[in-house]
Formats: sequence, C-alpha cells, structure tokens
Amino acid sequence: MRYAMAVDTKKCVGCSDCVVACQTENNVPIGYCRDWIVEVTDGTYPQLELEHRSERCNHCENSPCVRCCPTGASHYSDGGTVMVTKNKCIGCGACIASCPYDARYTHPEGYVDKCTFCLHRVKKGQQPACVAVCPTKCMYFGDLDDPNSDVSRVIKKRKYKTLIPEAGTNPQLYFLI
Amino acid sequence: MGKNRRDFIKISALGAAGLVAGTRYLMAQNQIVIPENPKGPWRMPHDLVRTPTYCEVCFWKCAGWTYKNDAGQIQKIIGNDDDPNSNGRFCPRGTGGVGMYYDEDRLQTPRIRVTGDDGKQTFKKATWDEAFDFIQKKLEKVIEEHGPECIALFTHGSGGTYFGNLLKSLGSQNITAPSYAQCRGPREVGFIATFGEGLSSPEPTDIRDSKCMVLIGSHIGENMHNGHVQEMSDAIDKGATIITVDPRFSTAASKSKYWLPIKPSTDLALLMAWIHVLIYEERYDKKYVEQYTFGFEQLKEHVKHMTPEWAYGITTIKPQVIRETAREMSYASPATIVHPGRHVTWYGDDTQRLRAVAILNALLGSWGRRGGFYIPDKAKVPGVPHPPYPKPRRTWRDAMGGKYELADLALANGVCDATIPSATMDCSIKAWIVNGTNLIETLPNRPNTMEAINALDLMVVVDTMPMEITGYADVVLPECTYLERYDSLRVTQHREPTISLRMPAMKPKYDSKPAWWMAKNLAERLGKGEYFPFDSIEEELDYQLKKVGSSLDEMQRIGVKKLPRAYDDLYYKDGEEIEFNTNTGKIELYSTSLEEYGFDPMPKYTAHPEPPAGYYRLIYGRAPMHTFSRTANNPNLTDLMDENTVWVNPKVAKEWGLKNGQEVYLQNQDNVISTFPIKVRVTERIRWDSVYMVHGFGHANKKLSRAFGRGASDSELITNVMMDPIMGGTGMRGNFITFRFNKA
Repeated sequence: MRYAMAVDTKKCVGCSDCVVACQTENNVPIGYCRDWIVEVTDGTYPQLELEHRSERCNHCENSPCVRCCPTGASHYSDGGTVMVTKNKCIGCGACIASCPYDARYTHPEGYVDKCTFCLHRVKKGQQPACVAVCPTKCMYFGDLDDPNSDVSRVIKKRKYKTLIPEAGTNPQLYFLI
Repeated sequence: MGKNRRDFIKISALGAAGLVAGTRYLMAQNQIVIPENPKGPWRMPHDLVRTPTYCEVCFWKCAGWTYKNDAGQIQKIIGNDDDPNSNGRFCPRGTGGVGMYYDEDRLQTPRIRVTGDDGKQTFKKATWDEAFDFIQKKLEKVIEEHGPECIALFTHGSGGTYFGNLLKSLGSQNITAPSYAQCRGPREVGFIATFGEGLSSPEPTDIRDSKCMVLIGSHIGENMHNGHVQEMSDAIDKGATIITVDPRFSTAASKSKYWLPIKPSTDLALLMAWIHVLIYEERYDKKYVEQYTFGFEQLKEHVKHMTPEWAYGITTIKPQVIRETAREMSYASPATIVHPGRHVTWYGDDTQRLRAVAILNALLGSWGRRGGFYIPDKAKVPGVPHPPYPKPRRTWRDAMGGKYELADLALANGVCDATIPSATMDCSIKAWIVNGTNLIETLPNRPNTMEAINALDLMVVVDTMPMEITGYADVVLPECTYLERYDSLRVTQHREPTISLRMPAMKPKYDSKPAWWMAKNLAERLGKGEYFPFDSIEEELDYQLKKVGSSLDEMQRIGVKKLPRAYDDLYYKDGEEIEFNTNTGKIELYSTSLEEYGFDPMPKYTAHPEPPAGYYRLIYGRAPMHTFSRTANNPNLTDLMDENTVWVNPKVAKEWGLKNGQEVYLQNQDNVISTFPIKVRVTERIRWDSVYMVHGFGHANKKLSRAFGRGASDSELITNVMMDPIMGGTGMRGNFITFRFNKA
C-alpha cells in the first residue's frame, strides 16, 4: 500500500478551503496550518500564466525528517505516510530544518505537527478532510498500489510534476499540470 | 436636529465587560455548555453530534451539518450531500463559519444610546425589555406623527424575513436589501426585459453541461458561489471552452482558453460586436430566433456598424479575437453560457449591458437549453395563516418622482434618499431597522448615507458583530449567530426544488437572541401579535413542514429534503410552444417595455469618463475566503486573509517608485483619502490603467479587534455614483484613485 495525493492545478482556484477544513478537522490552532496555498504568476501582461497549488507534507518515500529525528517520533506508518508520535517528540526542530517543503511546524504545546493524510478518516473509509471539502474537486487521494484508485487513475491519464525532485526525497504529492 | 446627534460610538466604550474577552470567555463557555441530547436521533457513528443548518456566511446559503465534539463544542461544519447548492462541499467561508460563533468581539447585550450630563453620547447596557420599551415608544411616535410608511428595513440575512413581516404588519413596504441596487438589480431588469423573467439565486446557469462559458468581469473562483465554482470545475474537466473578459488576470482568466484583457468600461462595445458577428456571419440559432424572438430585423440593422473593427478601437481587443471568440460561442451553442454575473452595478448603463448579455444568450439559443440556462423550480411552502397585511399609503417610490419604475425590488439607495428630507416630499422616512448589513460599507456615497442617518428619529441595528453601522444606532440588538438559532426554512430554486432546515447547534452565547424572537416581541408590543400566530418558531416550522409532507422531526434528521418538480423538464422541448412573460410574448431582442418607458429598446455603447493623468480606475472584487465586510473579523477567515492589498501593475509601480508591501494611502477624484494605508501588491495581473482591491476591509471600529485598520475600504473611495436611469442601480466603477505617501 502506498498512499499518495494528486492536486489538479488546472482546477484549483486557491480558495484555501483545504486549509480551514484541515484546521477544523484536526484542531490545528489558528495561526498554524498543515496545508497551504501557493500562487505563482508567470509572464508579462497580458501574456500570463497562473498556477494555484494546495501544498502539504509530501509523505516522501525517502524522508529526511524521519532519518534525522533523534527520538524516532517521526516515522513511517500505514501506506508509507510520515507521522509524528506526539509524546515521543521533544520539539528539537531537526525535522523542520531538514524538510525541503517546510511542511512542519511546532505546535504551541511543544511538539512538531504536520499533515497526516487524515489517516484517522482514511481508516474509516473517508477521504482526507481537504479532499472531501474541496469545491473544485481538484484533489485525488488513494493507494498508488491499487491501479483503480482515484490517484492512480488520474496520474496515469495526466501530465504531472512533483516539487523539488532534486532533493531526492521521492515525494508522494503530485501536481497535475 | 444637530449634526452630531448621532456621534459614532464604539461598542467597546460601553462598559468594562468587553475588555477581557479572549480566553476568559472561552473558559466561561466551557463551563456553561450543556451537551445537547447526545443520544438524539442524529447521533453519528463516531464521536460527534451533528445538527442541520444552512450557512449564513453568504447569500448562497449552502446546507450542511454542524458537528460537535464530546466537550459539546462546535468542531466543524460540513456540507450536506443532498444539498444542490453545495453538494456536500462547503466553501472556505462556510467551513470557517465556526469563527462566527467563537468570535470574542461579538455583540453581547442590547445597548441604548444615552447622552450624559457632559453631553457625551455612550451606549448603555440594557435588558431586552428596556430595549424593546425604547423601540416601542419611538416607533409608536413615528407611526402616530408620520404614519407606519415612515419605517424602513434594510436587511441582508435570514433574520430579515421576520423583521420584514413586522414592517408589513405595521403597514410599511419599505423593505430593502443592498443586494439589489448595489449588486444584481440591473441583471434582473435586463433579463426581465428580454426573457420576461429574471435569474434570481442561485442563477440557473447549466454550467455542468456547458461547452462554452463566457465570463464578463465575473470572477467565479474568487467569488465563491459554491455550486457555480463546482460546476465550472466539472466543465473544465470535460474540456469546456472558457472565455474571460476582465482587465485583471483573474483566477477564472487563468483557467480560460481565451482571456480578453479589455479596457475597463468598454464591455458593452465588445458585447455588441459579438452580436454583430453572430448575426452577420449567420452563426445564431436560426430556428430558435425565428420561433421565439421579437425584433431580430431591428437588431440586425442596429448592430450593422458595430463591427469587431469598430469595437477594437474602443475595447483594445483585436478584431480577430472578437470573431474567434464569437465563433467559439456559436460552435458550442446552445450549450453556451454568456454568464450574467452577479455584481453588475458598474457604469450606470448596466441594465443595457445586461440586456446585451441576454440578447447574446437568445441568439445562441441557450435560454432554456441544456448547457445554457435550465428551467429552475422552487418549492411552494405555505406560511401559517394570518390576517392580510394592511396596504401602505405610500412607499419609497413616491420619493423618486416617477424615476426607476422598472426596478422590481426596493432600492436601498432609494430608501436612503427617501430618508433625507426634501421640499418635494411630504414625508421622509423616520425610522430604520438594519439587520445584518453594514450600510456604512455597503452603500456608496458615504456622506449621503450619513445625512440620511442624521435625519432619523430612530435607528435600530440588529447584528452579531459590532460593525460600523452599530456605532450610529440608537439601539443595538445582539442577534445570535446562525449556529445558535432556528430560522425560516431555506426554500431555493434549483434543478430540483429543495427545502432545508437551520437548527441551533448551541445555546445562544451571551445575551444574544434570534431575530424571529425580536420581531415577534416587537410585533406583540405594537399590537400586531396576530401576524405572528405561533408561540415558538419550532411550531411555525413544523406547521409549514407538515404542509409539504415533512415535519420538524424529519428535517432535524435529514436537513435537506428534495421535493418533486412542478414541471417535468429542465429544458424546453424541441420546437415547444412557449409564451414568454413580455409584451409580445416573445424573447424581446427589441425591448418594447424599455421603449414604453422612454429608454433605448436596444443597447447602445456610450463612452464613460476615463481616469485623468496620474489616476487609476478603482476596480474592486471578492476574495474566496471572505464575504464582503461580514467576515473581516472572523478568526478562522482572517487567519487565511487578514487584509486587502492594492494591486498595481509593475509599470505603474515603477513610475511611482512603489515597492511590494509598501503602505500607501489612496486618494480619489473627489479628494477623499483612505482612512487607513494599504499595502501595495505589485503584480502583472492588473492592467496599467487600473488598480484592484478586495472589498470589505479597512474597518474603522476598534472593537473589531482583528479587522480594525487592516487594509483599506474601497467603499469610502466610491463617492462618484453613476445611476442607472432604468432601475436606479448605483454604478460604482467610475472612481479613480491616486497614491499618497502620507495622509496629511
């Protein structure tokens, strides 16, 4: 099993619904976030291009955060998701420094927090909160090992990119372009 | 009456209670929360309890579920899968609606304006009885001295229904929402003049099945009209062609096959040129036009000279692009939507511009066709019987001197004008009830609004938040949020008619109350209790629901109920005989009703003033995470966006030496300077002759702790209003601004 997510940049309007849905689902304190929107403008008026991306932890197969965690709090879990065990985390911030995607933050209670792909929902057969709420249905989540999953199918059909592939982390967040 | 009778009062000055807000209230709230019936029939298989609601953060009113956690706190709000407005997916504002409940700056108790011995005006805390006593006495006096017609209601929210009933029971029809003359009014009138019916809300655009959609200044995706955003995304998936006309590279423009970066204020010329191409290249739907329309030959003659070459000189859009886009519309027709948009009060000739939009749709045969406009249906839900409302002796219209007769709803600005005493009126409006609309930010021409407010004998403001308008009130009534109350049923038009229920997830915080309760109490005090023939709203809702084959109990469990359509078909059948509700019974390309009233029967382009050197046209719009100024203090939504910026083209920035993030003041053509500075966003996404800002920021009430002084208000810079002579809409895009580096 290999959980992954694809985000269709052709459909995303950058509304941040994924951000607030994640906050209310996962009790992320106001002022912090596990996912966020990036907007990139290219060109000169009127030859322009605009890309919206909903970004979060890439749940890398080769995760520098897991490798550098001194206590084993950061670890691989079901479907290759990268998770943090709250009570093992000492808040040293090594993982934050090592993440090329800046996907982690220190929770005001002292531990490091990040996207979990909403495993608590996925285990109940639900979609992650961001995927379930998105008004443009621009996000696809599922098991890459299952050729019939939403994410496998859309990745087969469409052109995609990953972010900072040169970091060698083998990210599992795909952006359809 | 002294000019300063109504000094602005910040709710914060009202007493010590508001000062320690924050954590203290959160704690207090933990103690008083009573988990409501966790074993109720809507208990979910996981740890949360859910209650149905429909959203009040914007007018789309999506239906959903409020989920509570084990501590009895609101955890999240999620869409209801059976709701056609949301399809189970809320937008960021609906999802962040929890912040409306938790906002610690909320209004807490009724307040009455008092003048101290030192002449200083303050708000005094009051009980509901004291507040009602005060309002009752004032209203009785207005009714006795001037008549009940001198009471007006401004409303933008569900609670307004009951205040509307209160006014009607007293004998006043001065009930108005700024969403008409400051927003969609010209569109309704333009479409009524053409098709004999308006669009209402949600607009019955069949985007889901559209093959070509044209957006003119409409920024779907930034305006988060939920169902339309969803369907546009579906249309993108299916490879629909999108054509966006906008001087700004909007989000929608970035998703479009064609972006036409038009010179602002020239849209009507482009529309007429498109009409020209469709007619003279014979690309219109001939059968449809012949069967259903009136005035084709006149139109053909009228647009003869309106060639793409003619329009090029006006719009800066190249002739071949105009032709190519017209052809795209024709290839996809009738599954083409020339989208009517929503906020269309721009240049004062807006009804005519929307007439041109309607005519284009008629030529493409998309009205009543799959992928164009479907035939919506809406449930009929009877109310609890009550005596007929008295007929008012006069309305705001009498103050208009026969102008704007084609307005099909009351004009907020008209009611405002009818409040300012003048020699031509025998009586001006003396009392306002303002429910859920911050007129200070909503109405253009603020000095005019202030003059009206100063002429009032009574202003009652009903709101959840200390918006600017509360500072000018005589009485402030704290409404509880939509998460703490029942309201009238949501009965919306859509492909399938639905009804949906809002019920409280929490007890009202502080001393806040639902609007229905306030209106009913006031009605009883004023001897009109017979118009509110129910003890509680639950009783009224249950009565209504049983009339349509449901019940309050059922709706508490399902939230949304679909009802059967009265008409079988979503679209006209091929060749079906149809009588349109116009003078000729046809779709009027040539409008006989406009002609009757002395207006152009077919749209004509007229040039509008352009910014003088050193000035830029002020264009304003929406951000997906905010609804006007209503959400500007919402803790969850300010976390996503806490201020607006002024978008400036890099060429302009270079000329002025402006840097990204630099703060500037904006000054308009009438020398009005923004109260607060605003940060510059240097971006290629805006034309060099315009600036852009998101509406709803720059709040001046300190009690809005997160919104105060964040960004600038576009509204205060809109002092030039271009009135629509047909229906009284307030065109607001004829204001020009320049930059100032300091205020003095």
